Amino acid sequence: MSATDPPHDSKQALHRTIEAVWHIESARVIAGLTRLTRDVGLAEDLAQEALVAALEQWPQSGVPDNPAAWLTATAKRRAIDLFRRNAVAERKHEELARELEALEQTSPDLDATLDNTIGDDLLRLVFIACHPILPTESRAALTLRLLGGLTTDEIARAFLTPEPTIAQRIVRAKRTLADKHIPFEVPRGPELAARLSSVLEVIYLVFNEGYSATAGDDLMRPALCEDALRLGRILAELTPTEPEVHGLVALMEIQASRTRARVTSTGEPVLLFDQNRTQWDQLLIHRGLTAIERADKINTTRGPYLLQAEIAACHARARTPSETDWPRIVILYTELAQLIPSPVIELNRAVAVSMAHGPQAGLTLVDALASEPSLAGYHLLPSVRADLLYKLGRLPEARTDFERAAALTRNTRERGLLLARAASCETDPTNSSER
Amino acid sequence: MRFMVIVKATPESEKEGALPDPQLMAEMGKFNEELIKAGIVLAMDGLHPSSKGARVKFSGKNRTVIDGPFAEAKELIAGFWLWQVKSLEEAIEWAKRCPNPHACDSEIEIRQVFEMEDFAPVLTEEQIQHKVEKRAELTLQTTDK
Repeated sequence: MSATDPPHDSKQALHRTIEAVWHIESARVIAGLTRLTRDVGLAEDLAQEALVAALEQWPQSGVPDNPAAWLTATAKRRAIDLFRRNAVAERKHEELARELEALEQTSPDLDATLDNTIGDDLLRLVFIACHPILPTESRAALTLRLLGGLTTDEIARAFLTPEPTIAQRIVRAKRTLADKHIPFEVPRGPELAARLSSVLEVIYLVFNEGYSATAGDDLMRPALCEDALRLGRILAELTPTEPEVHGLVALMEIQASRTRARVTSTGEPVLLFDQNRTQWDQLLIHRGLTAIERADKINTTRGPYLLQAEIAACHARARTPSETDWPRIVILYTELAQLIPSPVIELNRAVAVSMAHGPQAGLTLVDALASEPSLAGYHLLPSVRADLLYKLGRLPEARTDFERAAALTRNTRERGLLLARAASCETDPTNSSER
Repeated sequence: MRFMVIVKATPESEKEGALPDPQLMAEMGKFNEELIKAGIVLAMDGLHPSSKGARVKFSGKNRTVIDGPFAEAKELIAGFWLWQVKSLEEAIEWAKRCPNPHACDSEIEIRQVFEMEDFAPVLTEEQIQHKVEKRAELTLQTTDK
């Protein structure tokens, strides 16, 4: 659009266009401003002011040809004004104002070189928004706000949290980053791995917030999956040599491929084995498998996200549950359990072992977990054990465990299923189970 | 939401063995790189001229095969992307940044892809409440992630 746009463009339509431009450009604008002002909070405020200016001016002037440059230039001018006003108080600001002014008068050539640093600035912005000094929930809110281009209201609706709470979280997070003088940088050396895992944790948290929602009632929540996937895909291009980033992207793509199949039209969850696999999104599966290939090419040891992605891929490749490559899943779970020892992973491994090598092998592993305190109120432990006992024909024991599991689950539908299975242990002992 | 972004064909692109000029290829490559870096591309491909294609016509129980090429180049498709963006406006903003895909005047068409929720029936209050409860239960599920 140019300044000669016809006036019939309604104000609302223009607002939607400006919103779209903001969604595309805001992260890059904020990233560039953070490098210049060395304060992510201030950078965001300036960018917001530029957005307000756009909403005021673009209806008259039309959307500029390069909206990102317009937003950045407007924000920079405001930064210069602001620093000028504070210059008497602080010499540092005076220097910054002069630097900014010099930058503003840069030739197009220099602008091109600045363009190349945008990727670096974006990555710095990712790392500062996900800084481990911040509580996880603040990291998630700040990341969606700074990198996802979401409004506070959108974030609040997505997290089922009141808007003032989210606004508070963001304000406090920005203040913490300023108070602690968190540098705007990409961490190097041994620090990188820890900082990257903080970033991946935030993206996966956002994804799971959306994944646990069902479509239709409030689209903000399922949209979080798309936001997380977009952030993951952006990160994968910014850090193409990090296998765990591709691992996380693969895991999310493959999990997202099951969205249509994992709940019934009335919102009942459908377990993996019962899902209609023809409803799985083959394009997302393909994208997931491609991301795994990218990670595998980097050729280092597999991290937790990549391992989970590989497990998800074993399911994705199987057209029917019976085609699942269980021996491979056992290997992957064993590797995963060594990396992040967890009773829940052990339980999953036991299930995989039972599928690959028979119920007795699985039961031995499950029984080893019986005294695990962290699994004490966990209904899946007796539920898995009951299923294995049932398959082994040890019906009275199976019945006891199905009943224990039923008493522990908070899901009414699942309780009904478990009690039905407990009741079925009374009948024909030769009756074989479906799984 | 997803959009199929369709590059329409031109008489030039429909010519046998037609290949875009290297300058345009480079510009398109740069644009595609931008799209990928922005994390919005799900799929993309270019299509051969319709002379390498065919049409299957349906009439009742009859099927008739018609070999390409087909007339009306500007009604044909030369290539497409599948984008995942927040709104039609965002798709339009991205499409405006695309270099002219052909040497002559050309057109890009943006079409929204059906999503699961488009098929969802209108829900009663009770059904919505039911879904909210189920959603809470779903977060407790660990066996199927």
